[in-house]
Amino acid sequence: MAEQLEPSSNGSKLLRSLGVESTMRIDPWWGLVVLVIVLIVVLCLVSTDPFWNILRFVSDGIVITVIITVSSFVLVLVLGLFGGLGRLSRNRLIYALATVYVEIVRGIPLLVQLIWWYFAFPAVISEVGGWLGITALADYKANPIAMAILGMTVCYGAYMSEIYRAGIQSIPRGQMEAARSLGMTRFQAMRHIILPQAIRVVLPPVGNEFIALLKDSSLVSVVAVTDLTRRGREYMSTHFNPIETWTMVALIYLVMTLLSARGVAWIEKRSKFER
Amino acid sequence: MNSVEPIIQIRDVHKHFGKVYALRGVSLDVQKGEVVVIIGPSGSGKSTLLRCINRLEEYDAGHIVVDGISLDNAKNINIVRQEIGMVFQSFNLFAHLTVLKNLVLTQRVVRKRSEEESERIALELLDKVGIQDKVAAFPIQLSGGQQQRVAIARALAMNPKIMLFDEPTSALDPEMIKEVLDVMLDLAKEGMTMIVVSHEMGFARAAADRMILIDEGQIVEEAGPEKFFTSDNERTKKFLSKVLHM
Repeated sequence: MAEQLEPSSNGSKLLRSLGVESTMRIDPWWGLVVLVIVLIVVLCLVSTDPFWNILRFVSDGIVITVIITVSSFVLVLVLGLFGGLGRLSRNRLIYALATVYVEIVRGIPLLVQLIWWYFAFPAVISEVGGWLGITALADYKANPIAMAILGMTVCYGAYMSEIYRAGIQSIPRGQMEAARSLGMTRFQAMRHIILPQAIRVVLPPVGNEFIALLKDSSLVSVVAVTDLTRRGREYMSTHFNPIETWTMVALIYLVMTLLSARGVAWIEKRSKFER
Repeated sequence: MNSVEPIIQIRDVHKHFGKVYALRGVSLDVQKGEVVVIIGPSGSGKSTLLRCINRLEEYDAGHIVVDGISLDNAKNINIVRQEIGMVFQSFNLFAHLTVLKNLVLTQRVVRKRSEEESERIALELLDKVGIQDKVAAFPIQLSGGQQQRVAIARALAMNPKIMLFDEPTSALDPEMIKEVLDVMLDLAKEGMTMIVVSHEMGFARAAADRMILIDEGQIVEEAGPEKFFTSDNERTKKFLSKVLHM
């Protein structure tokens, strides 16, 4: 590296040739994605039992994992926006509510939150239902997937609130002042001037949150959701081959996270282009 | 001129920033079509006064009436702001929008004009401030002088009755100051009511109907330019000697 940076004619020639090469090469990180996919395919081809069998067995779990991740994330984007605006609100009550929400959620482990939503929350509802004499509530049974999405959303919504808040605060004050001086209301200025700029700022951390959420979604396997991780555990408990099962599950997660990372990078690049 | 109701009436306005007493009872009337240039040392309260006129700062006491509408509470503020254009030291163009969109968006959102009408007005005004070939550029691709001229055009697109300029040339390189001042001079000639916080004495001589020196939150002297530049007031003389030898 050091010799490439030397200003000698040789060095600069080398740098130039490297530069040319790098413009021709497509994003090298795609190589990693391809590598992992090839690895999975080779494993499945070389030893159908157990690798292909594992992949087939857990495939419905993959679908569940994707559904939980994507639907939680969409809800997180909305909840985070309200949380972030709440944290910036001049209304003291709204500010206090948003702050208490963020502080409480950040202080409790996600696994405990998920368990609470699945076991404690329905119990609370049926107690209240019994107390009020409403049978529909008293007989309430939690849907594991719905509770998992709720739990993930509430937790990640708090982190997303802070990301949005930081993004909005990073926009210079003059932008809001200019918008207001032209006669826009606070809401119009937020909607047309501040948020479109803030979204570009927060894209990288928001992308990171998506990947983190995807990985943390494996925790829902504890609360009766048959996601990828739980299906892996089910396969292992009947076939007793931990090495193959968990290697396969790990590789599948890896493909999903690497693909997401590429997606995030692509969106970031596009939003920069528009600037 | 005095028989007409002033378009801006400021009565005994006070403003505190925490412990700092920024405005200490300022009163000022501005007539329609008048160009008032405000000078004063930094921290004297001149920008604060300007920002009180469209309520970007809220004043603690006193009264301001703009075009017959009271600013003492925030109820009418968006209506008043549509009548007052403001130009900032740091331009504050919307960074995510092209030059054209900077002018179109506010017309669409605030004035509820159609896209075609907004664009027509925008192009007319950009032409007037001498930005013809950069309408598709983003603010960051423009020089400071160009950005400030776009900012002036953006304010004019709202058809304001009053224009406020808060040190419009202070952030500019010397060779760009003239292009901005020329635009402001044209505006003044067209009869726009203008309040300008600036130390550009050349502009003041050419365009000002009245000069005001503010120091420590109070109006020290108020006079027409000829009288002002030959003032006997010690404070005015001292300050003028500083800005004139800049």
